[in-house]
Amino acid sequence: MCLAVPGQVKEIYGSMGTQMGRVNFGGIVKEVCLAYLPDIKVGDYTIVHVGFAIAKVDEESAHRTLDAFREMGLLDEEFGEPE
Amino acid sequence: MKYLDEFRDGETAQRLAREIRQTATRTWSIMEVCGGQTHSIVRNGLDQLLEGAVEMIHGPGCPVCVTPLELIDKALAIASQPGVIFCSFGDMLRVPGSDKDLFRIKAEGGDIRVVYSPLDALQIARQNSERQVVFFGIGFETTAPANAMAVHQAKQQGIANFSMLVSHVLVPPAIEAIMSSPTCRVQAFLAAGHVCSVMGYWQYYPLVERYRVPIVITGFEPLDLLEGIRRAVHLLEAGTPQVDNAYERAVCFEGNQPAQKLLSEVFEVADRKWRGIGEIPRSGWRLSDPYREFDAEQRFSVANITTKESPLCHSGEVLQGNLKPNECPGFGKECTPRHPLGATMVSTEGACAAYYNYGRFVAVESIH
Ligand code: SF4
Repeated sequence: MCLAVPGQVKEIYGSMGTQMGRVNFGGIVKEVCLAYLPDIKVGDYTIVHVGFAIAKVDEESAHRTLDAFREMGLLDEEFGEPE
Repeated sequence: MKYLDEFRDGETAQRLAREIRQTATRTWSIMEVCGGQTHSIVRNGLDQLLEGAVEMIHGPGCPVCVTPLELIDKALAIASQPGVIFCSFGDMLRVPGSDKDLFRIKAEGGDIRVVYSPLDALQIARQNSERQVVFFGIGFETTAPANAMAVHQAKQQGIANFSMLVSHVLVPPAIEAIMSSPTCRVQAFLAAGHVCSVMGYWQYYPLVERYRVPIVITGFEPLDLLEGIRRAVHLLEAGTPQVDNAYERAVCFEGNQPAQKLLSEVFEVADRKWRGIGEIPRSGWRLSDPYREFDAEQRFSVANITTKESPLCHSGEVLQGNLKPNECPGFGKECTPRHPLGATMVSTEGACAAYYNYGRFVAVESIH
């Protein structure tokens, strides 16, 4: 519930005055609110919690974290279809 | 260790664990505040790996677990009202209220929708302007920026049929409550990385000062946790309590400023009850005056709720680190993740569920 998953920003656009974007989490792409990281650019990595980017991270640690979360089954838990 | 051998960085983990064991001249009691960390520690057997050097005490940092029963009952009452669409994160659905849970309400015909983000609930409100759409806004500081933005947008865009049932809790007052309890055994804290990604870690300095307790910020992966524990043990052995950031890649001192700015606009500090623990002064957030119109508690009259907690459940003791889940008489018998008696058995981040899911059926002491 307090997990935030790293992903790479693929696209940035405005929607009703708010900076939004599409973020790729190791193959799963989701729409994410980027309003809290006003300086973020396409290609940057960020950690995302319940649809909101909260901090930038570097590429290497993003990949490491994604692998670790996948190993622990946490990615399915975060993005899996609700029961 | 079975789990750590399977783990890719097993060697580094073993090296960190060795250093921790060699450094510790006694068994130190360290609390991980965050439920995500509890899950990872139990899943990877880190507590067992460090046995003798460190006792991990599992803290109250699972928002699902500490959401007070009154609020669950209010959620159930609102969700049962005709015409309401009640939106929630998935893990709230099985949390037992006084005599039902949200799943039951759904089975009885309630329109309950699991969403990934509060913005999804807002979208549902846009598409169903003739119906009341309520989002169950629970969480720690990590989740708060998302909930704040949803309410902010609702106000800006005039989405009047949207409201939020807010139960936000804060980490620093919880640390304070734990440290000032007469039965406190905690000697150091691991602070939750993602809470600090939002809030920074300036708030921890007064706590370290007042209680002479080291606080190490760390992440959720086994190596992060071991590194956090390693630093905590060094600080404990040296007798130099400090704030230490072991999660620099995602946490800076000030935290996320734009997020904090909106948080301080949308929310205000309030006393909050924590399930199983009781009221902690100034330990949560409620909607501030300009946003009060979006408060579901005001919009729906749900004031007269009487609650009934299972008499078997010891989750309050578990949440304060005084009892290990498998020491609870109901654990694995009357209480399982399928039939949870307390919220700590519901969420995968709850200590009881973590112990159940990873097969901790006997207390460590009784193995020896
Ligand atoms: S095992 Fe079940 S009954 Fe016991 S404390 Fe945990 S949630 Fe409560």
